[in-house]
Amino acid sequence: MNRLLPVLVTTAVFLIGFALCCLQFPNFLSTRVVFNLLTDNAFLGIVAVGMTFVIISGGIDLSVGSVIGFTTVFLALAIQRAGLPPLVAFALVLVVCAAFGAAMGAVIHHLEMPPFIVTLAGMFLARGASFLLSTESIPIDAALYTDLPDAAIRLPGGGRLTVIAMIMLAVFVAGGLLLHVTRFGATVYALGGNRTATALMGVRVGRTTILIYTLSSLLAGLSGIVFSLYTSSGNSLAATGVELDTIAAVVIGGTLLTGGQGFMFGTFIGVLIQGLIATYITFDGTLSSWWTKIATGVLLFAFIAFQQSMVGLAGRRSRRRAAGVAPA
Amino acid sequence: MPTTLPERPLLEVRGLTKSFAGLRALDGVDFTLRAGEIHALLGENGAGKSTLIKVVTGVLSRDAGTVALDGRAIAPRTAGQAAEAGIATVYQEVNLLPNLSVAQNLFLGREPTRFGIVRGGAMRRRAREILKDFGLAIDVAAPLGEYSVAVQHIIAIARAVDLSARVLILDEPTASLDAHEVEVLFAVMRRLASRGIGIVFVTHFLDQVYTICDRITVLRNGRLVGERETASLPRLDLVTMMLGRELSEATHERSHAALDGGSAAYASFTGFGKAAYVAPFDLALHRGEVVGLAGLLGSGRTETARLLFGAERADHGSASVNGRPVRLGSPRDAIRLGFGYCPEERKTDGIVAELTVRENIVLALQARRGFLRPLSRRRQDEIAGRFIRLLDIRPADPERPIGLLSGGNQQKALLARWLATEPELLILDEPTRGIDVGAHAEIIRLIRQLCADGLALLVVSSELDEIVAYADRVVVLRDRAHVATLEGEAVSETAILSAIAATDAVAGRHAA
Amino acid sequence: MALRLPRAGTPQILAFLAILAVNWVVSPQFFDTRFQDGRLFGSLVDVFNRGAPVALLSIGMALVIATRGIDLSVGAVMAICGAVAASLADSHPLPVALGAALGAGLLCGLWNGLLVAVLGIQPIVATLILMVAGRGIAQLITEGRIVTFSDPGLAWFGGGSVLGVPAAVAVVFGMLLLTVALVRGTALGLMIEATGGNARASALAGVGTRAMTLAVYIWCGLCASLAGIVAAADIRGADANNAGLWLELDAVLAVVIGGASLFGGRFSLGLAVLGALIIQAMNTGILLSGFPPEFNLIVKAVVVLAVLLVQSPALVGILPSRQWGRSWRRR
Repeated sequence: MNRLLPVLVTTAVFLIGFALCCLQFPNFLSTRVVFNLLTDNAFLGIVAVGMTFVIISGGIDLSVGSVIGFTTVFLALAIQRAGLPPLVAFALVLVVCAAFGAAMGAVIHHLEMPPFIVTLAGMFLARGASFLLSTESIPIDAALYTDLPDAAIRLPGGGRLTVIAMIMLAVFVAGGLLLHVTRFGATVYALGGNRTATALMGVRVGRTTILIYTLSSLLAGLSGIVFSLYTSSGNSLAATGVELDTIAAVVIGGTLLTGGQGFMFGTFIGVLIQGLIATYITFDGTLSSWWTKIATGVLLFAFIAFQQSMVGLAGRRSRRRAAGVAPA
Repeated sequence: MPTTLPERPLLEVRGLTKSFAGLRALDGVDFTLRAGEIHALLGENGAGKSTLIKVVTGVLSRDAGTVALDGRAIAPRTAGQAAEAGIATVYQEVNLLPNLSVAQNLFLGREPTRFGIVRGGAMRRRAREILKDFGLAIDVAAPLGEYSVAVQHIIAIARAVDLSARVLILDEPTASLDAHEVEVLFAVMRRLASRGIGIVFVTHFLDQVYTICDRITVLRNGRLVGERETASLPRLDLVTMMLGRELSEATHERSHAALDGGSAAYASFTGFGKAAYVAPFDLALHRGEVVGLAGLLGSGRTETARLLFGAERADHGSASVNGRPVRLGSPRDAIRLGFGYCPEERKTDGIVAELTVRENIVLALQARRGFLRPLSRRRQDEIAGRFIRLLDIRPADPERPIGLLSGGNQQKALLARWLATEPELLILDEPTRGIDVGAHAEIIRLIRQLCADGLALLVVSSELDEIVAYADRVVVLRDRAHVATLEGEAVSETAILSAIAATDAVAGRHAA
Repeated sequence: MALRLPRAGTPQILAFLAILAVNWVVSPQFFDTRFQDGRLFGSLVDVFNRGAPVALLSIGMALVIATRGIDLSVGAVMAICGAVAASLADSHPLPVALGAALGAGLLCGLWNGLLVAVLGIQPIVATLILMVAGRGIAQLITEGRIVTFSDPGLAWFGGGSVLGVPAAVAVVFGMLLLTVALVRGTALGLMIEATGGNARASALAGVGTRAMTLAVYIWCGLCASLAGIVAAADIRGADANNAGLWLELDAVLAVVIGGASLFGGRFSLGLAVLGALIIQAMNTGILLSGFPPEFNLIVKAVVVLAVLLVQSPALVGILPSRQWGRSWRRR
């Protein structure tokens, strides 16, 4: 029950926030707004799924924004300049990203270095690589890029469930299953609880660590594909700072940044809350974009402080219980 | 103990050798474990017990020698491979995951699945069945962290055994358990042994060895000293095997300094206590007197010490030093009053491993002076040098990071940290825990000497014979309350034991 | 300190000299230094001048990392303080603008310190809040524009000089001296190292660990604010979007290059500043050699990887140097 509380609070915050938006702007309550929320934040949601695994395992991945940027440039060059069919380019870039994540995971595990510093190197490397590929913004005009973003299921009320949004939802469902009902998922939680203990329990820590970062980079690559579809271009500066938004979304979603606890559903809500703030500011029209950052920061603080007090309470409770085991 | 196949060894170690940087940690050690026996592995710190365990379980590689399980040579390279082969280890610090549920802990890495999906219901059902075997009926869906250390130990053992372990290594499992919990654990161990599992039991407590072990293997300085049947090995012989010399009489001689009954108390505490921590108590401490705090683990000994030192804030009662009321809101307050506190957990609460011996020794003195009055390097060298000589800290290198010293020498350096502040009251929490018998005697000698020098001493210890040896007065605790005080001739192991075991009504009569 | 530096810092000094030598090879006029308008000019001077913001950040970051912390917000704090200074410079006297900027830095540091020391939030988590929100606050101050100023007093920090030394370099030098005097002239250094090495034990020994933690974050905020002022003075304006962007990572990198462990304990301020200069010397070298500036990131990644290899506990023992080979103990 206890561990569900952060997610419940997050969900309540989202619902209340949404209700307040609806009260202020009557047009807000429409399928159009709701589904645009999904489409506009699809790339963030996809990469946040990977980040959820990383953070629950007690790690952090600073490289995801750079990987997204790299992916968009790579795709632009592969499709526009080299003339590869988009799907081939997608497959190619996903392989590259997965290998990149696996390498980071291997370094973290085998060199026993903190993920913070390893993925920092990855961040520099991926961004540098995309700069080397191209420093300009390249529009992509392949047929897929003009058709796919428009393909959508139309819903009553003007809502459009786009392919991009569907990809994100599918990733969330798959990620949720992987995290919550498989052995791999249980191991991810175990790593976040205590790495040494997990290793001593005979679990293959190295393999799991490498898989976690592979998954994170792979999803960052997929997110890059979605981002390039969304913007129909490749840009080496794309998605700068997205790693921060992603981490914020995961934490606002109720996942403990120190690892070991969290839910995939929470991350989904965390992404939606970030989207809600941006949508509100667009609707308002008078507010400037920097309020998004400030509001995100305030929410981040609120959730971190909330979790801190929860952890404090839980600690006190378990100490009392330990003391209460009577030597009958 | 089953008599089937007593002659065929379950685990056979022959000529095991392991060196670290040229130093022999294990030198041709043999070790034999039979099925269904509980086998004590004993030795001082540095004898090679943990190295032997680590090599057998694949945590460390070996330089030479063989390990055979059921007659087949094995060479595991990770703890996982050792577990697969049938050798499982449960360490003192329970190596499970507090954030996962009990059931998940039992099945981590081998969860029952169908099409890749973990079958949670089946897993919890199996977990309940397994734990029933161990006499535990608990909610297996609750996070492990919500249960006591004793329960966590049993769950760790249950996991190891369920992984089809045939050799179970228990590395100091009883160090943080109280008497009742030890009994529960022993019951589990006996049951497992009767099922044919061979158990290696590492412990510091000789009583426990004689209670539960069938045979004993003693190591010293990386070599095998001998293997004996417990029943035919008198205690003195065992200690001799471990130490390689007769135990000095120091720990068993009683020499209470004559009590200066008339002198006023140095520090006195009235109605001192904290809700849900320690019940209010009265305590007076005199110069030149050793007061022992006895009781089972969790009875409130360490809690009392932390309260007196201000590490935990009292919400009842008052304290006075030299007759003047004082406030004890933090360790800094206590240090300003001339208190010192050597905590039980040396590694987490005592040493700063990365800093040098010198820096560790001057730390408390420097903290008391405040950062604006730094001790000159020469003063630091002088203080460190003096205490290294006085307490015989080895190696005698003040610039060595303290983390590289042995437990006994770390303890002495911590003692030096407080002696450097020229304290008037020194609180020692388990000063001899986890250090070898030789250093033990030295620490006890030091306690006596400090007391003779006019310090007020408060010593927490679970070694009753030690307390009896040096304490002028013993305060007995039970269930987080001070229940009895024994003084002078009334101080004896039996008196303390009966005070611990007494019901409230009887305890009143025992109290002096 | 002065005695320890050469012994412990040999690899860093050698690395710095080696990079300077490479720069000289790719650009023979690298060491040419002119004296003009009462100020030194030249590529070498540029290394010091351009490295100033990161060097300032690394002083504060070294202290924070010594307490087993990290401050991810320094880049955002730079932006805030630069914005404050730039927006007040033309309308208020210089001391007011400077005081307000430094005050803002102190406040930011205090906020981080309170979260870490009093609420007990993990440093990486606690400072993430200001890292996210800080840039928004800076944009709020500049109202999203690039605020330029013409006040010569504030501009002095970018173009002025002290005895021929560029003002920014003088600020770094002054701050380094002040900080070293503060931590090594008193017992603060020992107490900070003790806090980082084992906070529980230090508290029981009477060290005011909370006060230490609070103090290092406040000092880090102050350093960030100086860096923000220098950066704003350099371009005679405040760009809330780009000022100090990613410099927190450079500062962490500088401290790590300086041989500190991210797991707290021993620190060296001089080597941290040297680490910042090493990063800048590489940047300058890349510019001089005609590679695109984007190449910087690749080189930085390689440096991080090199540091990873050198400090990895898995490889400890293979390397001779004590300072670099020290293990990154977990927990």
